[in-house]
Amino acid sequence: MDGRATTLPKTPAGPLDAGPAGRPHVTIRGLSKRFGKAVIYDKFDFDIPRGKLISVFGPNGCGKSTLINMIAGLIPIDEGEILFDGKRLNEIKFGYVFQNYREALFPWLRAIDNVEYPLKLMQVPAAERKARSEKLIAHLGVKIDLNRYPYEMSGGQQQLVSIMRALIVEPEILFLDEPFSALDYEMTLFMREQLQRVFQETGTTTVLVSHDLEEAVYLADRVLLLSRHPALVADFVHFDDARPRTDATLSAPDFIRIKAHCLEVFQREVRKG
Amino acid sequence: MKRLDPFLPFVGAAGLVAVWYIAVWARIVDPVLLPSPAETFWALWKGMTGGALGMDFLMTVRRTVISTLIAAAIAIPLGIFLGSSERLYRSVEFVIDFFRSTPASAMFPLFLVLFGVGDETKISVAAFGAMLVILFNVAYGVMNARKTRLLAAKVMGASRFRVLTDVMLLESLPQTFIGLRNGVSLALVIIVVAEMFIGSTDGLGHRVFEAQQLFAMPDMYAAIFAAGALGYGLNLGFLLIERRYVHWSGK
Ligand SMILES: Nc1ncnc2c1ncn2[C@@H]1O[C@H](COP(=O)(O)OP(=O)(O)OP(=O)(O)O)[C@@H](O)[C@H]1O
Ligand SMILES: [Mg+2]
Repeated sequence: MDGRATTLPKTPAGPLDAGPAGRPHVTIRGLSKRFGKAVIYDKFDFDIPRGKLISVFGPNGCGKSTLINMIAGLIPIDEGEILFDGKRLNEIKFGYVFQNYREALFPWLRAIDNVEYPLKLMQVPAAERKARSEKLIAHLGVKIDLNRYPYEMSGGQQQLVSIMRALIVEPEILFLDEPFSALDYEMTLFMREQLQRVFQETGTTTVLVSHDLEEAVYLADRVLLLSRHPALVADFVHFDDARPRTDATLSAPDFIRIKAHCLEVFQREVRKG
Repeated sequence: MKRLDPFLPFVGAAGLVAVWYIAVWARIVDPVLLPSPAETFWALWKGMTGGALGMDFLMTVRRTVISTLIAAAIAIPLGIFLGSSERLYRSVEFVIDFFRSTPASAMFPLFLVLFGVGDETKISVAAFGAMLVILFNVAYGVMNARKTRLLAAKVMGASRFRVLTDVMLLESLPQTFIGLRNGVSLALVIIVVAEMFIGSTDGLGHRVFEAQQLFAMPDMYAAIFAAGALGYGLNLGFLLIERRYVHWSGK
């Protein structure tokens, strides 16, 4: 490791979250990424705290997707280092949920086989696959018929299947890139509750990219606000309201205050562009 | 009214037969050139049940099926191989498109020199034409595999080989079936033409040509209908297989 990687100049997260929960889960050091001439990240440092749900929010095209795609290894990084408890990506189990569930699920497999597919890749025997998917279904209280094909399901049900597919491996960390933005409002509200339940049940470190500030704050323990690219941490806001959060949360003074603060930071960043 | 919907496809056929009857009855066309529908269907029935037409029909089926099988056996693996790398496909695309655009009938003299006047020539020209059509479709099916789906497999830890077998292959199936349907239609066209002109003694093409030479018009129409039914049937066959096994196609 070089010197830069051991100092944390722009990282408000690390020390604050290194409480009883222990060290940060993911450490990002000196991350740089360019697309052609556009510098999206330039020596970006950040710590993702363990067992928290982090919402990532920022101006259009600032690099939210790029960030989680680099962490999840979907796109290569130019420079820098991302470690999970000091380990590399290929040493850990993680889950990723795409925005476009229609194109992310396998239409030739029944929903249940989609959910079990990652286990199949890991060469888990069929009987154990079944046991684990049943356990997950019970755990999440899923009531939909998983013997159907994805194209026979509603958008929300398909996205729920995607989330289950990400969770079946019992990931250490879960990434979701605008998972609900292709759903109608009613389904979005329902899926927020599902995600909250998943998080409460499993306590998995979760990184959620959202373009809806209300959703971002409502679901989050921490809101990561990014600036326009080259992206910097504009703010890292705590929202420690107890779970389960409900409709009442949306009108609670704390929620309103934090949402207003996030909006202010966001607008300041947008105006800078 | 909705209950009558299943009969809609027959409306056009019934209309055609009606117009045909009127044309014969009103003597709009010389009766020697246009026999009545009844005469034609009788010739079709007689020919297919014990007549020479049945034998010719089977010969054409045999040749078309063999050439399509050969074409598919070559084109599907090759298409997957070429399609799995876009750069590789781009480098051979011109050659494929060029020969795909060349009328296969123009290849007969060449194949005659190579294989003589037997069945090999007919089958190999048809297989050649069908192969290019299938190859092109399979390769595009593989190349156009949804990027998100490939990424999803990759993120779940699938190796490159697993991505190919578990995702790309299945993603390409709908397009592969389009290729197979077009390929079998083209193979039939080439086989029938070859049976007419390349020293044949059997097959539907031969039957049509011979009936015309003998001025046996009902037989000629009967052979044409048999060829039409064959083409339609082969297409339908692939469509049914596709519906059964590629159930997600177009969904
Ligand atoms: N493959 C690529 N090639 C070139 N430029 C890219 C590529 N992917 C992203 N970009 C650019 O990088 C910037 C960040 O993209 P990214 O998708 O991460 O933004 P985002 O914050 O997720 O935006 P959105 O709010 O639209 O989802 C954008 O300006 C985008 O145009
Ligand atoms: Mg994005």
